[in-house]
Amino acid sequence: MSAREVILQKARRALADVPDVEPVLDVPVVRPAQQDTLPHEQVVELFAERVADYRAVVERTTAAAAAQRVAGALAGRTPQAGSGPLRILVPPGFPAALVPGDVEVVPDGPDVAVSELDRCDGVLSTAAVGIAETGTIVLDHGEGQGRRAATLVPDLHVCVVRGDQVVPDVPAAVAVLDPRCPLTWISGPSATSDIELDRVEGVHGPRTLHVLIVER
Amino acid sequence: MSGTFLGTPAFPTAARAALEDSQLRRNLAHATGTIRGKRAGVVGEVDEWEQLRLAGAAIKDRVLRHLPDYLEQLERSLTAAGATVHWARDAAEANAIVVGLAKAHGTDEVVKVKSMATQEIDLNSALENAGIHAWETDLAELIVQLGDDLPSHILVPAIHRNRAEIREIFLREMGSAGRAAPADLTDDPRRLAAAAREHLREKFLRARVAVSGANFAVAETGTLTVVESEGNGRMCLTLPEVLISVVGIEKVLPTFADLDVMLQLLPRSSTGERMNPYTSTWTGVTPGDGPQEVHVVLLDNGRTDVLADRTGRQALRCIRCSACLNVCPVYERTGGHAYGSVYPGPIGAILTPQLRGVGTDPQTDSLPYASSLCGACFEVCPVRIDIPEVLVHLRSEVVDAHREHRRVPSVQDMAMKAASWTLSSAARTGAAERAAGLGGRLAAKLGRPAPGGRTVLGAVPGPASAWSDSRDVPVPAEESFRAWWERTGRDEA
Repeated sequence: MSAREVILQKARRALADVPDVEPVLDVPVVRPAQQDTLPHEQVVELFAERVADYRAVVERTTAAAAAQRVAGALAGRTPQAGSGPLRILVPPGFPAALVPGDVEVVPDGPDVAVSELDRCDGVLSTAAVGIAETGTIVLDHGEGQGRRAATLVPDLHVCVVRGDQVVPDVPAAVAVLDPRCPLTWISGPSATSDIELDRVEGVHGPRTLHVLIVER
Repeated sequence: MSGTFLGTPAFPTAARAALEDSQLRRNLAHATGTIRGKRAGVVGEVDEWEQLRLAGAAIKDRVLRHLPDYLEQLERSLTAAGATVHWARDAAEANAIVVGLAKAHGTDEVVKVKSMATQEIDLNSALENAGIHAWETDLAELIVQLGDDLPSHILVPAIHRNRAEIREIFLREMGSAGRAAPADLTDDPRRLAAAAREHLREKFLRARVAVSGANFAVAETGTLTVVESEGNGRMCLTLPEVLISVVGIEKVLPTFADLDVMLQLLPRSSTGERMNPYTSTWTGVTPGDGPQEVHVVLLDNGRTDVLADRTGRQALRCIRCSACLNVCPVYERTGGHAYGSVYPGPIGAILTPQLRGVGTDPQTDSLPYASSLCGACFEVCPVRIDIPEVLVHLRSEVVDAHREHRRVPSVQDMAMKAASWTLSSAARTGAAERAAGLGGRLAAKLGRPAPGGRTVLGAVPGPASAWSDSRDVPVPAEESFRAWWERTGRDEA
């Protein structure tokens, strides 16, 4: 008998106390009632506060000023190469108008080798959802968000979130996300507390997360 | 590289040794105290935390009561999404599957995301025996692995080490495992983390095969989830060509929507954060993004035995948050190693004996007694596992397992019989009380003062010594209640 058959059979025998007629969904799951939703302006405000709580950089801006803010997020950083312009990874679908002119653009794609990602100074991306209660950005790796590795390997991640993408809480986010897409939930920069519980930002992922909340 | 818990003595012996390590107790008190405070803060922010716990428990119960159906559904969803599903009855089978896959890809190394399931089956040793290096990439696991040490906490496995010890380990060992630590390394956590980043990045960028566990596996969609902080998980889950996930069969959730409850309960309970820095979900293979070959090993290894126990079954709800460790007065003083198992603390005290089976070795049988039954673990458990209930149940199982082998009555049996004879007659009880009072007056002279102004006895000789070795024996009252009543109470009544 295969391992599969043995395990399933053992599990069935172990559950002899569960009546055969009990439907699979029998144990009732009562979720907490949804709270009164805050006005959208306050939801976005909470999102900004909570993202900042993780020591990420957060700025609220308008569509007209967004390009300038992206440039500002890159300003003052030194290129890994030592000289020349910053090498910035830009996923397909990221709004071209937001990409500063004085950087070397590396377009992301399936054929960009990991070693190439490692030579990038930063990455620009959009997001799928922002969660106010937890200060979380969710990427579904669609348009403008790049592959999962794109927002992981470079040391700086500048993420542009539209105000209308921010939802109040985790259940609201799960409800709009598509499980077939790979999802990356990001709450602040990479962090560890493994050494005497002292929080240190950046072990493997980007050490700096810069979030721009853009509203019209 | 890293050892196993094989040969750990029974809990009372191991705990006694741990209690003598004052550095360990300082580290533990600081760490558990800090996490307790943070957890209480973020749990307090959620108005309906109790309702959320009930929902979490109900979701897991729903899965457990119909596990075979959900496992078959999970297998179908995973296969449809392009993953390959394997089934493993025990550690040996699971290890053979992973080793076989690594070998088939001609690699001599794999990168690993911290995973309780792969620790449980001691996958690293199996890989090493097959000539394949398994690199742990979680910072704490790296510290444990380089130090040839054992993890002592589910969430922060190197909780027993301080920064100076970690610096020593990095300087001494990193060079032989890959990129050496910089010679001027200090014990600043920032510098230590940077050394780990450099050391591991080399491995991430060249690795072709990765091994992970999974926090959740959604039956409805075939979605696997890994919850982490550092990004080493994301590195392993997305950079290599082949991803192998070893998943305990109890990790199943019915629907994708159930993740909302779990993703609220888990980070707040474990690290005391509103959300952990990174959560990754993946559903089979995504063309052009991440590993193009995805394997899932569904692991039993005793879980179906746990399932068969109606009281103990609830232990399979566990989502490995480690909140129970951080509140446990026993864990806080002994640390994780004393439990002699991959799962330490209160959850380990009920899960380990159930997975291994009671009545076979003294170490396992000692675990249900590694508790004061204070109930703090149940209070914090995000999926409401009644750990004290299961502990008491398992104690009775341990007693039963040994009763069958015993021909002569034990000291306890005889003591109970004698007590029953004494207590069944008022005259005999009164006589016993007078004797106790005499003993109390005598003992008060021999005892030593204890905190709170009480007088206690040290270890007492004879059959009670096993009990008194680890407890303060109170001195009997010098006067019995009856005698006091005779003397004072009558007139006022």
